[in-house]
Amino acid sequence: MNEETERVRDEFLAESQELVESLSRDLLLIDHGQKHNALDPDLVNAVFRGVHTLKGIAGMFGYGELSETAHVLEDLLDQIRLGKISLEQSTLDVLFEGVEVLQRLLGAVRGESHEVDVALFRDAVRSITSATKVATVDPLAAYDIGDDVLGVLTEYEEHRLRANAEQKNPLHRLRVRFPLSSIDSDLEAVKRRLKPVAEIITYLPSIEGSGDDAIELEVLLASRATIGELRTLAGTDAVETVRLRVPESRTVPPPRMTEDGDVFRRDSKPPQRTPTLPPAMIIPESSQRDMGAEGIAVRAVSKTVRVDITKLDHLMNLIGELGILKSSVGRVLERMGHHTEMRPISADLQRVHRSFERHLAALQDGLLDVRMVPIGQTFERLARAVRQVAREHGKEVRLVVNGGDTEIDKLIVEELIDPLLHLIRNAVGHGTELPQERLRLGKDPSAIIALNAYQKGNHVVIEVEDDGAGIDTKRVLARAVERDLVSADAARELDDHAIRQLVFLPGFSTANAVTDISGRGVGLDVVRTNIGRLGGVIDLHSTVGVGTKFTLTLPITLAIVNSLVMRVASHTFAIPLTVVQEALALSEYEQRVVDGREMITLRGQSLPIVRLASLFKLGTPPNPKAFVVVTALGQRRVGLVVDALEGQQDIVTKPLGKSLHRVRGFSGATDLGDQRVILVLDAPALLDEALENESPLAERRMTSGGTA
Amino acid sequence: MMERVLIVDDSAAMRHFLRASIERLGLAREIREASSGLEAMRVLPREPLDLLLVDVNMPDIHGLEVIRWVRASPAHAQLPVIVISSEASSKDRARGLTLGADAWLDKPFTDEQLDATVRAVIEKRRGAKTP
Repeated sequence: MNEETERVRDEFLAESQELVESLSRDLLLIDHGQKHNALDPDLVNAVFRGVHTLKGIAGMFGYGELSETAHVLEDLLDQIRLGKISLEQSTLDVLFEGVEVLQRLLGAVRGESHEVDVALFRDAVRSITSATKVATVDPLAAYDIGDDVLGVLTEYEEHRLRANAEQKNPLHRLRVRFPLSSIDSDLEAVKRRLKPVAEIITYLPSIEGSGDDAIELEVLLASRATIGELRTLAGTDAVETVRLRVPESRTVPPPRMTEDGDVFRRDSKPPQRTPTLPPAMIIPESSQRDMGAEGIAVRAVSKTVRVDITKLDHLMNLIGELGILKSSVGRVLERMGHHTEMRPISADLQRVHRSFERHLAALQDGLLDVRMVPIGQTFERLARAVRQVAREHGKEVRLVVNGGDTEIDKLIVEELIDPLLHLIRNAVGHGTELPQERLRLGKDPSAIIALNAYQKGNHVVIEVEDDGAGIDTKRVLARAVERDLVSADAARELDDHAIRQLVFLPGFSTANAVTDISGRGVGLDVVRTNIGRLGGVIDLHSTVGVGTKFTLTLPITLAIVNSLVMRVASHTFAIPLTVVQEALALSEYEQRVVDGREMITLRGQSLPIVRLASLFKLGTPPNPKAFVVVTALGQRRVGLVVDALEGQQDIVTKPLGKSLHRVRGFSGATDLGDQRVILVLDAPALLDEALENESPLAERRMTSGGTA
Repeated sequence: MMERVLIVDDSAAMRHFLRASIERLGLAREIREASSGLEAMRVLPREPLDLLLVDVNMPDIHGLEVIRWVRASPAHAQLPVIVISSEASSKDRARGLTLGADAWLDKPFTDEQLDATVRAVIEKRRGAKTP
């Protein structure tokens, strides 16, 4: 595959993924609308259009299965939007399943999953589609619309026109003139204002009215609002408003708009004609200037660019590189400062250096900003899972989402989906009670699951909360003791909060056992490990009978890491604080040697320790004032012995580069900003080393890095 | 070889695919893109064009409306127009042709089909101009 075709294929995959995601989002809105008897035909049409586009592009790129599946869904949606099939919950189930099938097929295209057999699904959809069609009398015949207009409508638009005619909704043509320079945002604004009172059928570009600096559109719409209201809503650019007349000779009741006396009075005047519009009532109108210019600019889709996140990583590395260069320049400046004759130049350079530093910081902030996406995108995928699991278990669940616009690193978002799905499935499937049980307990039969997100300093907090049965500590404890996860003696020491944390232990539960207790713990150890890998922590609070809340605290970005800076001999190192549990003075703990390995006892538990000075062969005598930095990943812990702690700092880690990539134990280098470039410790590698292998990290002695 | 062709499609993947095909076939020297009917309306009056490739299913101003608008403007009355679509509705298809599209090309199509359709449409238009 050459580079160009690969690029086009990537484009295809990205677009398809977006289409499927917005499909899922719109279906959820439709589901909601259907349940509240407020189905938005625009949404159904949007879903149809998405599937239609997917069918087209998948076909062009030769993905037959994907195209064919989109095709059957398109047929189904076409009949739904044309009113030939009514939208039942069972039909929605099929559509939701369709989203899953499309996701799987896309996964197969990307090579992530195996081929998917979709024949069964397609047959199921086809069986719905082949349902009988209803013949109706054409209510449009009652309106004077004109063949020139009908001739340009798509079949769907004609259907919507007809559906409104059946409801006896008055039809209007609104002529609006838009300046060429701002038509995109102006049109969006008009749409947004009209939407609450009118259904827009289509926009007809007017040939006569459009010129070099403006485009005139005739908006064909159905609305019960008065002409005056429509005119006001259309705003400053409305040229004229036309109401399509129902001829009196026809045996169709007049539009039910008796409050709109205005219309009927004007109706008695001889009808005027627009060149493009046959018999209709016209109300010429001088452009109203009473509405201010639309303040909110709508961000057009065409102004966004899709970027592979690895490219952003690359840019971040370059910024790291620039940071190191900046430090080098700083060192040169310092040397220049020692020479009197260079002072004037060095002062100039100092100014440039400071300005460079500011811009570099701004560049870094800007790049971080680009990586950020609203967490709400993920929540939408979870909403689908809630609906599905609730239906499977016969539960009634209402999902409440707060803070969907909270932004977080795109990479973290992607890694969060699985853990959150896990928590959501647990919450719906096991955390909440059945409707009848809830009624018996005096609760609302429909349970609430809340997804809350908010920013807290440099972290994003995500809460998954339910108002279910809560976690019974007695049963958790019994289970933990039974499974030998905690001794009966130690168990007596634990408070309720500590007991609930036991559900995170590996081997705490099987699915069966958990359902017995209160529905928690299925693979929660895995969830915790995954969150930990992202540099986050998970916590759990629960009250019996009231509900359970999982709290995930995550760094906003993986590109900048809050780290502990520490000294070993004359070298300085950093370690991400997310893996550091605590730091202790080594002298206060009794040290012993077990199987040739140094240990200390920390609150009754053995903790292996590793002296970084000897591990890195820095050859310094034992330091009586040494510190132990307790480093943990999941259940594995080790104490790193260092000479001094310097404090914490946000750092951008830069990879070590090809020539050093074999050196284990370091994840990269960073610039501390005070002209020191230091190595960042790779916690997982150090843990592997300390817990599984006696030999030092690398045979070679560390020869670079540090501030020696 | 034509001077300039305009592709109107709201799918970026589709636009890029068409662009790659046209480049492979060497059909035009310059390829312009519009991602919506509105954008096409903005580009059209300013650019001399030799061919318009337009999708039907687009939000707001859809392909049929673009065709009607193009045909009504004197500058583009003779512009060769090919609809690139996979419209299920035969009604829409008939309307597109009635409104003045020269040909309707169904997705998916091969390079050969695109090439043949473009050449046939250009020939037909040339014949119409110089009878």
